[in-house]
Formats: sequence, structure tokens, C-alpha cells
Amino acid sequence: MGSQGGFYQSKEFLDLVKSIGEARSKAEEDRIVLGEIDTLKRRISDPDIPKRKMKEYIIRLVYVEMLGHDASFGYIHAVKMTHDDSLLVKRTGYLAVTLFLNEDHDLIILIVNTIQKDLKSDNYLVACAALNAVCKLINEETIPAVLPQVVELLAHPKEAVRKKATMALHRFYQKSPSSVSHLVSNFRKRLCDNDPGVMGATLCPLFELITIDVNSYKDLVMSFVSILKQVTERRLPKAYDYHQMPAPFIQIKLLKILALLGSGDKQASENMYTVVGDIFRKCDSSSNIGNAVLYECICCVSSIYPNPKLLESAADAISRFLKSDSHNLKYMGIDALGRLIKISPEIAEQHQLAVIDCLEDPDDTLKRKTFELLYKMTKSTNVEVIVDRMIDYMISINDNHYKTEIASRCVELAEQFAPSNQWFIQTMNKVFAHAGDLVNTKVAHNLMRLIAEGFGEDDDTADSQLRSSAVESYLHILGEPKLPSVFLQVICWVLGEYGTADGRYSASYITGKLCDVAEAYSDDETVKAYAVTALMKIYAIEIAAGRKVDMLPECQSLMEEFLASHSTDLQQRAYELQAVIGLDAHAVESIMPSDASCEDIEVDKALSFLNGYIEDSIEKGAQPYIPESERSGMLNISNFRNQDHHEASSHGLRFEAYELPKQTLQSRIPPASLASTELVPVSEPMYVRESYQTTIVPSASSDAGSTELKLRLDGVQKKWGRQTHSPATSTSSSTSQKTVNGITQVDGSNTSNSRTRETYDSRKQHVEITPEKQKLAASLFGGSSKSEKKPATGHKIPKPSSHVVEKSHARKSSMEIASEKKASFQQPPDLLDFGEPTVKSAAPSVDPFKELEGLLEPTTQFASAENHGSTAAATKSPDMMGLYTETPAGIYDKDDSDILSGLSNPPVTNMFGGTTSTQVAQSSKGPNLKDALEKDALVRQMGVTPSSPNPNLFKDLFG
Amino acid sequence: MIKAVMVINTQGKPRLAKFFEYLPLEKQQELIRNVFGVLCSRPENVSNFVEAESIFGPDSRLVYKHFATLYVIFVFDSSENELAMLDLIQVLVETLDRCFKNVCELDIVFNYSKIHTILDDIICGGQVLETRSTEIMRAVEEISKLEAAPNAITLIPKSSSGWLSR
Repeated sequence: MGSQGGFYQSKEFLDLVKSIGEARSKAEEDRIVLGEIDTLKRRISDPDIPKRKMKEYIIRLVYVEMLGHDASFGYIHAVKMTHDDSLLVKRTGYLAVTLFLNEDHDLIILIVNTIQKDLKSDNYLVACAALNAVCKLINEETIPAVLPQVVELLAHPKEAVRKKATMALHRFYQKSPSSVSHLVSNFRKRLCDNDPGVMGATLCPLFELITIDVNSYKDLVMSFVSILKQVTERRLPKAYDYHQMPAPFIQIKLLKILALLGSGDKQASENMYTVVGDIFRKCDSSSNIGNAVLYECICCVSSIYPNPKLLESAADAISRFLKSDSHNLKYMGIDALGRLIKISPEIAEQHQLAVIDCLEDPDDTLKRKTFELLYKMTKSTNVEVIVDRMIDYMISINDNHYKTEIASRCVELAEQFAPSNQWFIQTMNKVFAHAGDLVNTKVAHNLMRLIAEGFGEDDDTADSQLRSSAVESYLHILGEPKLPSVFLQVICWVLGEYGTADGRYSASYITGKLCDVAEAYSDDETVKAYAVTALMKIYAIEIAAGRKVDMLPECQSLMEEFLASHSTDLQQRAYELQAVIGLDAHAVESIMPSDASCEDIEVDKALSFLNGYIEDSIEKGAQPYIPESERSGMLNISNFRNQDHHEASSHGLRFEAYELPKQTLQSRIPPASLASTELVPVSEPMYVRESYQTTIVPSASSDAGSTELKLRLDGVQKKWGRQTHSPATSTSSSTSQKTVNGITQVDGSNTSNSRTRETYDSRKQHVEITPEKQKLAASLFGGSSKSEKKPATGHKIPKPSSHVVEKSHARKSSMEIASEKKASFQQPPDLLDFGEPTVKSAAPSVDPFKELEGLLEPTTQFASAENHGSTAAATKSPDMMGLYTETPAGIYDKDDSDILSGLSNPPVTNMFGGTTSTQVAQSSKGPNLKDALEKDALVRQMGVTPSSPNPNLFKDLFG
Repeated sequence: MIKAVMVINTQGKPRLAKFFEYLPLEKQQELIRNVFGVLCSRPENVSNFVEAESIFGPDSRLVYKHFATLYVIFVFDSSENELAMLDLIQVLVETLDRCFKNVCELDIVFNYSKIHTILDDIICGGQVLETRSTEIMRAVEEISKLEAAPNAITLIPKSSSGWLSR
């Protein structure tokens, strides 16, 4: 299999894959796999199979297990393979054990020793394989066994090993922070690693550490800012560029870290403003990854101490996201909006129509995100609309998990913002009726409490109104069949407490209803219990009021049934009811005071009523009570018992391993002292020599501050590449921004792109917005006071917003010019320049893969022509929908001519969601046909030509 | 942190599954089934993100991408950026494409261990380790060379001296 190197498997394996692929049912597949398991069982236990065969069997086992069948019989063989001397066999062994075993598996003990040895191996590939296994298979108990070796590898000359060792240490930290707490300073050290890849990897553990304890890492703010600055200025080697962005994944991690560090810290935030602003300007919003960085910037801006200029840039970026045709960007836009409205609530207003469109989008994910946003921006003025929408959506979905969530959100919003009692009760009724069985019982208890307490104000008439409207609506609802149990419990409780309170309904009417409930839901004991207690309350109220109580005949028969019930709870309640009815008014009033559910019950914690009894007992010779604290003191005095106790404990099994002596150090301790007490000595890595030269820069120490071990990143700053800021890129990004913001460009793409979805460009809003939408927008964003001006708000708002966009854009371009000027001033080359001598600004178009990359890039609505040069015109393929249509199955059918015709006229099936013109596809996919045919031929040779059921197996992923 | 990487074909057959936190076999299968159920019911032309909390528990997000006959799926938590994960899928598939020249489903089935090697280079212990496909390719090719060598079963020098003892 030419291109597949030496990884190929035997014909048997191909046969297996083929037959599984062709299986028509799950049962048939299972039969085939079970057959395979039998074969493997027989062969694998053969003592003298060649290693190569063994390797294949293990891979086949992994495959079988991925299909969901137990392959545990082969685990031990995988473990044995890790002991092998051959690199290939060993690697396969490690792969298999990481997939088969978990950290608590019994066989791990057999691997630890091998891992220990392999971590010390000369061959870095072996060390890498072992580190992979370490990440997955080492648990808290075995960490000490491999920790020294892993720490040593942090200084390995190969950067791949250093990266993995950092990850392994991070993993240890996740599993057991205490066992590596003395080593966290290593992460700080790795941050200054010469290799940007290792530095990037170190950001993962640092991010986690900072999430847990921000304050210990505040000293790193400047370092992170300076790294981010270097990254954005393209001082990293060109290899880190991804889709023309400089190291975007590192940028994203850094922005996340800065967001944590700057949260609520004005001083730290101020250091970040410049660099974050730079990213906003430089970011290429035509590529997916560019938008990822932009989104992260918005998150960062909304988390750190607010800065008006940055907030404006963030709002701009959000509006671009929301106006985009891409669902992904809309999703991110909604999410970002949710973050930003916490700081500047007014920006939501500009985007009201976009938000409403997202709410009506067929994409469920987007819809849910939008509901999340609405949830965040609910006020008393728009609560009715939002909750109604939520309930409608809740009714329409089947996903129980989300139904539960949205139901509890509705309840929460209704409780917080309800405009009227009537509305509140109705909303709760709807929620309970449709999702009653899903909501947490706590929600039901909350509702009961709320009805009992009222809305907190000392307005008794409002409270009693709330109660009587609840009673009325519940009596009405009881007529409906099949209500959720939780809802019925609420109904019973409310009817019991307040059914007769306003005097509109007679006791016999309410009790009749309650009896109906208990009969209709006779298989639900909780509901029956609630009903009985409610009955008891009603009767108690009647008795207390001095009225004569007549038990309804159906009620009596119900009681008789309950008195003989299998449920002790029901029985007890029924007996209590019987007893209460027999009492006089005075007694009943003290047992069951009316409307006292909110009163606190006084509990005599000192149990003073028992004093007499105790005195009696002491007089009769009983030991007085000794409090626990004094008791233990007595134990200390009685020496012999104490010794006894001690011995007992020392004889017991010790579960703690004899581990390395370790100091219990707080993570708060400054790094300087940490370093001195470090138990596992970290030899200074050899390659560090280079960086010394720069770290001696005097300015580095002068502004350093507190600890001497503080990172000197001021020196590091000079490491990556020379300061050749490319003016060409900055201009191109500014032009692309221009095209984004400008209305004309959007319009242009509209005309050329006949089937793009409607955009939210301001001109269109005048034309296309339906009155309903405007109304909705007004009620969501405008508030009730503006309701008269409803049609006006829809028209009015977009105008200022577009104005703002233009203004900010003008400012932006002027800033762009300034930055260009700055950039043209070149700094002298650094000493430690290991980047390419000259950083080319434009991507070389000769590289065929670059061309491919260009194709793969998702072309969003505002894709600028700059990216693809002359091909761009073709790139704007108008048919977005067509791209997702499947290539007609059977391209690789047996008929050869079919293949040829299928490929010579390739259907536009770009799976990257981007747009490719057929022309470009052909030119870049030149080898496609040949390769595919080769592959096909090879498989034929092996005798596994898949027949009709899965010809797609051969379909090139890229179209 | 990334919780899982899956490759499922459009008929629901798993082609690759890697969970970065241990899960019992049955649970893995159930998750794969559930994910496929959600993905195949999604309309075309919608976002690449799916609400995953009902499948994977709280704080989990799912990003997928549909290639020819395959879904490539990443599951991760809130410490990762969705759009960046989408690009990570892109990195993975681009790397595969470089590796196999016009990668197709068949390549993934037949080169199981190689795919895992690539994945181990990109993600380690649930964290993104490497995003340069050239770099990943180099590492993979180094191993390929060893495998393709005539005496493919190369012995590792037994001495554990090397750079450490220096």
C-alpha cells in the first residue's frame, strides 16, 4: 500500500474489515466478530508466533474491542508486548494497553517497571511511547514510581519529549495535586523553554493552575502579555502559522489565561489592553481560526477590567459574527453577546433582530444557545415574552435532559420577575403540566413555599389574591386527565392549605375534589399521602372554626381503604386524620393552626423538659453525662489506655506506600523557597546556555520585583525570530475588515451569491422585517414602556448601530496606518534569532499544500478575495447547499468507466463546509484519480473489493 | 480538556474511538451510539456544534465535522474554544491527508495504529500538544521509516546510559 509505509496488515485483517463492512445487521456483525475473537484466542496463545504476527493480532484485538466486544483475554499479551525489545512491538504494546486498560486495572503493576525503564531509554521514541502510557495509566499510587524519571525528562534535548513530559506532570497534578505540589514550579520554568511548542504545551497546566489559584500567578501577567505580543508580531518560526495566523492555538490559550488573571484586577488588566487591542485589529476574520481567536478576545475583554475601547471592538466583532451566514459564527456571536451584556447591557439592543432570527433557526444548538442568552437578559419588562417562548420550545422538544433544564429556568425566571400573580400561576401550571415529571421536586417545594409566603412584600391582600387564583386554577386543572405526580402534590397541598381560605368554595367541595384525586391516581402513594394530609387540614380548619364536620361518604370509604393500606405512611396519615376529627376545636387549633406553614417551629434543643427525669435518674445512682470533649481528655490522662490505642494502630495494615519523603508545602509559598526545597533535583538543561546571554540584560532584573526566581521573560522576548513585522499583512487585514463592515460588500456578495441566507444588513431590515418580528423585538428588548412605538423601534435601532460601525471603522483604519508606521521601523536583529532570516509576508503560492489549505479554508460570507488571489472569483461558488449533497454513491463501483466519469467531472462535495469551484478542485486534486485507482487496484489485488454495500469506503474525505 | 475523539461513519460504525478519561466498554459503545443518533438527525447546513450535556454529563461540548462518509467528533469541556476545536479536527484530517494522500475511510480502517500515533502526537492526556501538521508528519515518518526498514524489528540499544549519565 505504497503511501501507507509499513503499517499494512495482512489479508485476513482486510477480510475481516470487509466482511464487517458488508454485514447487513448488527447480529451478523456480532457473529463475524465473535468468530474473529475465537480465531484470535487460539492463535494468540501460541507460544512461538512471530513478533510481526503478534503485533497484528493485538491491533485486531483493539479493533474488535472498539466494535464493542470484550477482548480482555488478550490484555496480558498486550502487556507482554510492552516488555519487548523491538521498538515497533513495544509501541504497539503501549498503544494497546493505553486503549485496553484503565489506571486501576490489575495488570498495571506489570507495566510500571517497564515504563520506568523506558522513560530512561536512549531512544526518544521509546520515551515518548512510555510517556503516552504514563498519561493514561499511572494513578495516584503509582505516581511516585515514575515521577523522578518524568521530571528528568522535562529537560530532555528533544522538544517532543519535553512536551510530553510536561503533559505527564500535568496529568499527575490532575490526579493527585498533593503528590506533585512541590514540582509546580517546573511549569513556570518550562514557560521559558527555547522551543515555542513546549512553551505552548506548558500553557495547558498553567491555565489549570491559574484557574484554581489566580493570586499566586499574578506575577506572570507581564510574561504572558509579552509572549502574546511576540506571537502576534509573528516572531515565532513560520512553522507555527496556521492558515496564515501566527500560532493561533497558543494565542487562544494565552487569551484564556489573561482573562483569568485580569478578572477583577484593574492593574493587571491595564497591561493587557494594548495587546488585546492589537489582536482585534490584526485578526483575519475570514478564516475559521481567525474567528476563534477573535471570539477568545471577546471573552477576554468581557472578563478583564472593562475598557471602553476594547468593548467597542468586541461589540464590532460580535456584530460581524451575528451578521455572518455561518451558523458556527452566529453561535459564537450569541455566546459572546451573552458574555458582553453582563458589562454593557445596551449592546444587546443593536442585535435584537439577529437574536430573534437565531431563535427561529432550524439549528437546535443555535436555538438553545439563544435561549441561554435570553435567560441571561431577562428583565421584568420582557419576562413574559421570554418565558412564553421558552415554554413553547420546551413543549416542542423530546430531549428530556434539556426539557428539565429549560423548565427549571422558566420557574426561576417566573419566580424572579413575575409581573402578576395570575401570570405566575398560569406559567407554573404550564411548566408543570408539560414537564412536571422532569422537574426537580425542589422546584415544586419552592412553588409551595412561594404561594405560602407570597412575594415577600407585606401586602396580605396580594398574597391572598395569589392564593385564591392558585386555588381557582388548580380546581380547573384537576379536570384534565393524567397530570404529573409532582404537580398533583403541589395542587393537593395548596388546596389543603388555602382551598377554603377565601370562602368561595365549601369544605365539602374541596374535600370531594381531593378524594377524586386520591382515587384517580390510586397507584401513586405520594399523591395519596398529600391528599390525605390536605383532607386533614380542611377538616381541622372546619373544626377550629366551630363548624360541624360531615365526612363525605366517598371520603369515608377512602379512609377505610387507607387504614388498611400496605403503606405504613398512608396508614399513619389516615389514623391521624381519624384522631384529629375526634378532637375539640381548641385542641385542633393547637395541633393544626391554619395558614401556619411558614411559621417557625420552635425546637427546645436543650431538651429542658427532660430535666426532671434526669435528676430522678441521678438520684437513683446513674452516671452523669460527660461531654465528648472532656471524655477524650480523660483518655489522655489514663495513660495505659492511650498506649493500647497506639499499638493497635501501628499493628494495622499500612495502605500508604513507602513513598518518597515529601514536604507538605503550600502552593502559596513563593517560588524561590520552593526551588531550594525541591526534592527531585532538576539538572539545569544543557540547552539553557543559549538563553543566559539574553537574560543578563540589565533591564530585566530592574523591573523584575519580588522574587529572585521570577521569570525573566524580558530576555526571552528577544528569542523568537527577528522583529520583522510585515506591513503587507496588516494592510490586507484592514482591507478585509473594510469589506466586512462595509454594507456595499455585503450587498455585492448578495447579488453574486443568489442563495445565501438573508443577511441582517441595515438596508434590508427596512424591507424584510415582518411586523411580528418587530413586535417580538420590541417586547424582548424595548420593554413595555415603548410598546406604543413598536413599529418604530425596529426601524430606528439599526441606524445608529450602522453609524457606530462606520465611525469605529474609520478610527480603526487610522490606527491601522499608525501601526504600519510603527512596523516599518525595524528593530535591530536579535542575537538569538532562530527563526527564518526573513519572514515572508505573503504565503508562497508555489507550495501545493498551501494551495490545498487555501481550499480547505471555510469561505464565509465575507471571505475576501485576497486569500486566494485569482481563484477567488471561482471560490465564490454560489451554491452553498449543493456543497453538502453527497457525491453519488458508487463512484468506485466495479464499473471502471463509471469511476472515470465520476471523477473527471467531480461533483462539488467539499466536506470542509467551504466552497470550491470545480475548476480548482480538479487542479489540486490532480493526483486524486490516480491515487484512488491505485488504492482500489491494490485492494483488488488483496482480494477485498468491497461490493455494493459500502463503496463509500473509498471515497476521498476531501471530496 | 478534551474528553474524547471519535470517528464514526455515516452508517454508525465506529472507525476510531479514543477516550481520554477511562470509561467502561459498554459506556463507550453507548456514547458512540448516542452521538451518532444525534448527528444523523441533524439537518444539513447547520452549525458544527451540538449540545452534549445530555450525553456526556455537565460541562461538555461536542464539535463535529462531516467528511464524505465520516463524522469526526471531538468532545471537550469549557476550557477549550469551540471554533479552535473545529480547526483541530481540520489539523487532524489535514495530517491524515498528507499521510495517506487523499485520505479516505478505508485508510483509517486499515491503518489503525498509525492513526493512533498521529492522534497521540496531537493530543496527550486530553490536552492539545501539537497543531503543526508538518511536525506531526515528521514524527510519524520517523516511525514509518523504522517499520519500512529491511530489518524492521529494530532492536533498541539495551544500555540505559545515554544522555542521562553524561
